[in-house]
Amino acid sequence: MSTASTALADSAIMLRRNIKHTLRNPITVFNAILFPIVMMLLFVKVLGGGFDVDVPYIDYATPGLLVMTISYGLGATSTAVNDDMTKGIINRFKTMDVSRGAMLTGHVVVTTVRCLVACAAIIGVAFAMGFDPGASAVEWLGVAGVIALVSFAAAWLTVALGLAAKSPEAAGMATVPLIMLPFLSSAFVPSDTMGTGVRQFVEYQPFTPIIESLRGLLAGNPSSGDTFAALAWSVGIAVLGYAWAVSSFKKRA
Amino acid sequence: MTGPPGTLADMNTSAIAVSGLRKAYGDKVVLDGIDFDVPAGSVYSLLGPNGAGKTTTVNILATLMTADAGLVQVAGHDVVTGTKGVRSAIGVTGQFAAVDELLSGRENLQMMADLKRVRSGDKVISGLLERFDLVESAQKLVSTYSGGMRRKLDLAMTLVGNPEIIFLDEPTTGLDPRSRRTMWQIVRDLVADGTTIFLTTQYLDEADELADRIAVLSDGRIAAEGTSDELKRLIPGGHVRLRFTDPAAYRHAASALREEAAKDDETLSLRIPSDGTQRELRSILDWLDSVDIEADELTVHTPDLDDVFLSLTERTTGTTGTTVSHSNSQEAIAK
Repeated sequence: MSTASTALADSAIMLRRNIKHTLRNPITVFNAILFPIVMMLLFVKVLGGGFDVDVPYIDYATPGLLVMTISYGLGATSTAVNDDMTKGIINRFKTMDVSRGAMLTGHVVVTTVRCLVACAAIIGVAFAMGFDPGASAVEWLGVAGVIALVSFAAAWLTVALGLAAKSPEAAGMATVPLIMLPFLSSAFVPSDTMGTGVRQFVEYQPFTPIIESLRGLLAGNPSSGDTFAALAWSVGIAVLGYAWAVSSFKKRA
Repeated sequence: MTGPPGTLADMNTSAIAVSGLRKAYGDKVVLDGIDFDVPAGSVYSLLGPNGAGKTTTVNILATLMTADAGLVQVAGHDVVTGTKGVRSAIGVTGQFAAVDELLSGRENLQMMADLKRVRSGDKVISGLLERFDLVESAQKLVSTYSGGMRRKLDLAMTLVGNPEIIFLDEPTTGLDPRSRRTMWQIVRDLVADGTTIFLTTQYLDEADELADRIAVLSDGRIAAEGTSDELKRLIPGGHVRLRFTDPAAYRHAASALREEAAKDDETLSLRIPSDGTQRELRSILDWLDSVDIEADELTVHTPDLDDVFLSLTERTTGTTGTTVSHSNSQEAIAK
């Protein structure tokens, strides 16, 4: 077998392992869906009435809640990655002729899939609450693509955070900034209603163009500038996360 | 120092060849130049107190860690330049069970079979489950297993794919006596099949029981190396013990042997130093007859590995230090 196909087969075995872990610990999936739903109810039913946006608030908030769903689910991944490193099983894999990256790609793929499932659930709940998007089939595909790419990028960053952390607890905490960042974006209120300093931060942080690109696609009115910025940020974060993860993995090896 | 091992000539006979191995963590020298050679198909035991560098040695041989200096060949591959070759030839069971808690026992073995691309994996897995007495718990999650069951599963996972060299780092620490014996039997069966075993242990009886050759590691050096009999002969400590039931007979013997024997009034016994040879034993018996001493029980004690271990690890930490260093241990054993 060539190196590439060996690595692919090893990754598939590790992926199967990670999928079994996720299915046996469904609380992580449940948790990743429940919290964003609570946030959705809070913002749409309780707070949303007070915000002045041009569209029904559920239509405005759903893209931001999707991004929040992605970032909220990451804690489980960083904890699982760190757990792998601190338990004996990693040493077994390291003494075997197993592709070094396979252990990490398994986590990345499972995280991406889990994010997509959670986002699908959130969109379902949004529809139940009166979400009325104007997206065409192609634009829906674009939404799925952006969510997948952002999840993939965030997953690599999270794997790196999990590898860099000293304990599983610290690894779980390391993703908290990623949960906080959507609040400092245009997720729940338009950035031009914010104070100057905060607004500048909001406009230049990655979540804002990501949310705006989803908002445009879902409304059937995609903005190529935001979408391009979202893609660029995602690719950048993925590359950074990958490089950091691989170097941390080698250091811990 | 010997020349680099692992040339074509001895590649067929040496499963592991180590020379000049050094490793330090910062200022702390853990391995200070060790050399040894493990013939294929044998059990080699590294014996040493806590912190002597046993696990460090295993980690370097098993490619988990890199050495600061020295040549290490495992299964004919250099651990630095032939890492891949080493990894596909070895199996490692470390001190802490390397099992996946969220998978069942069977799934753990299945994962190993998949990663090692074992053909007819189901047959191999069923065989291992049976051999390690894990059939009943095969479908249960490993998180519900007891410590002993995890240890057994760990070793079973290591055996998937029949590695030619197996590293066992303190494999029976924390096991009950029955499980220890089961583990010993498994090791013997593996050796019978031609597997090479590299075993670290703190239990001297374990090394005595299993190992063809034993190296005593102390202060980062190999203090002595040889078969367990050879090691036992390295140190004095053998004696003949005479035990009496009648206090009067004991007192008579004690006064007759005042010079030669150590007394133990509580157990009514006397100890006469002896090397345990037939000739010396006969002369002791003749002499006892001549002074009209008749003990109720006579036993011959040879030094056990405990004595060897304590004496060797003490000597190298003492100020004289070099009594039995690696450079002359071979000669010491040879005589």
